[in-house]
Amino acid sequence: MDIVVLLKQVPDTEALIQIADDKTSIRTEDVKWVINPYDELAVEEALRIKEKDGGKVTILTVGPERAVESIRTALAMGADEGILIDDPAARGSDALGTAKMLAAALKKTGYDLIIAGQRAVDDDGYQVPSAVAELLEIPQIAMVIKEEIADGKITCERTVEGGTMVVEADLPALFTTQRGINEPRYASLPGIMKAKKKPLTNMTLADLGVGAGEVGEAQAKCKIHDMSFPQERVSGKIIEGETAEAKAAELVRLLAEEAKVI
Amino acid sequence: MPQGVLVFAEQVDGSFRKIAYEAVSEGRRLADTLGEAVTAVVLGSGIEGMAGELGKYGADKVLAGDDPALVDFAPEAYSNVLLDITKANDPRILLVGASSLGKDLAARLAARLGAGLAMDCIALEVDGDTVSATRPMYGGKVLAKVALEGVPQVAAIRPNVMEIAEVPKGGDIEKVEVNIGTPRTRIVEKKLEAAVKADLTEADVVVSGGRGMGSSDFSLLEELAQILGGTVGASRSAVDEGWRPHSDQVGQTGKVVSPSLYIACGISGAIQHLAGMGASKYIVAINKDPEAPIFKKADYGIVEDLFAAVPAIIDELKKRKE
Repeated sequence: MDIVVLLKQVPDTEALIQIADDKTSIRTEDVKWVINPYDELAVEEALRIKEKDGGKVTILTVGPERAVESIRTALAMGADEGILIDDPAARGSDALGTAKMLAAALKKTGYDLIIAGQRAVDDDGYQVPSAVAELLEIPQIAMVIKEEIADGKITCERTVEGGTMVVEADLPALFTTQRGINEPRYASLPGIMKAKKKPLTNMTLADLGVGAGEVGEAQAKCKIHDMSFPQERVSGKIIEGETAEAKAAELVRLLAEEAKVI
Repeated sequence: MPQGVLVFAEQVDGSFRKIAYEAVSEGRRLADTLGEAVTAVVLGSGIEGMAGELGKYGADKVLAGDDPALVDFAPEAYSNVLLDITKANDPRILLVGASSLGKDLAARLAARLGAGLAMDCIALEVDGDTVSATRPMYGGKVLAKVALEGVPQVAAIRPNVMEIAEVPKGGDIEKVEVNIGTPRTRIVEKKLEAAVKADLTEADVVVSGGRGMGSSDFSLLEELAQILGGTVGASRSAVDEGWRPHSDQVGQTGKVVSPSLYIACGISGAIQHLAGMGASKYIVAINKDPEAPIFKKADYGIVEDLFAAVPAIIDELKKRKE
């Protein structure tokens, strides 16, 4: 089975984010970059499927040169090869532009199964995997916490408000991972050594057969024109009192009379 | 000429979700700025009777796609139908609620329409020909203003943020023919909790527990949530410990919530947690560590063991109810 994982490199979730001078992007200096946590689940799930059914796991990323580090990490976890799509003309693409590049690459690599994180925790866009599946005209199942593959079919349990749904589709298909599907492994030292020799290919728009007029900032239909920080919350009152009961009484009074939320 | 605002109104088993009213109300506000009409879309099975209710929130017209094949919100079948409706109506703006299935629906539709989509918006305005949307990024650490281009412009709005307003309009129901096409995915089973608790993203009150809970026994928080008509959430630590399911996690790698009241019990306040609940209207923190970062974000703080404070709060609330 040929499994392709769509992987994005994002700032660590514990990182403080600073807005750049252009007010439309973040400062990238001093940022610790990691594999998008949901994509890490996708890598792990791909490896588990491969360990069970055999096959090959390819990591596919759109991003700048530094994203190679994250691909290497996935290779060290056990993936077989990596592809980085990096082209100056592709910078500033919106979700659909990114999906066009990924879909073009997928048509070249071939695939039986595509796995991605349910969202990337930088843009919080939730769009790229859906758009890839639509462009490839294959089934897609989002926010999956459990999957099973048998007889050319995939059956997934996905989360919805108030519970889950079990959804099935024929392969090839795409699904996105939700927390709870697995606990990603750490890269082992031998894994890290082996990763250095695994194939890693760079692709440009020309390699993909995608025209510069199809992607990039000029084509984006959703553009950031300003970034700001949410209003800083000011720390409020620490409720004083002799006993837990006294504090509780004062809290309830404040919630009812001052905040008026109960 | 594209015209008007088309709003998808999500319903489950014959009841509109709160996000449906929020979306129609927001659609009304945008349409009034444009001087154009709001058309709501309801899809489901046996839903014709309920469709008219949307007139109350400002829908000039309600398109009802009533078909047994639409009984469950299957994003693929729904997107096939909504794509046809969108093409036939040629709206300037398409609004969808960003529930978990709504996000899925919006992403598919935008891809198929080749349209710009702003996901999980907390504010929208019309600026000439473009919709300008405010949406959180980096788990709420940053607010981005994005401009949409092209036709239609698609915005998925975050639940529990937009104000519901009663602006009675005609709400004339028009039945639409639906063709679900040949979906590539099939729903084989639904596992929904019998008494569906309000989802964290829609709850008006959220009571969350963290590492300070010490075990999987969250019964105190369940009781507090019940009295307040709220829902129980958890920090990443509590979920990582296996005390609560992943679906309860609040934070950058879980759910982003914006209730009127958020009560954090035994949660220290990691950056990724604060990002996920920072948009709450009022935050109460209960923690025995006075240095816990959560107190810097809380409107009201109680420095106390949560196992002493929470029962006292429950007693106090009960007294008040009597």
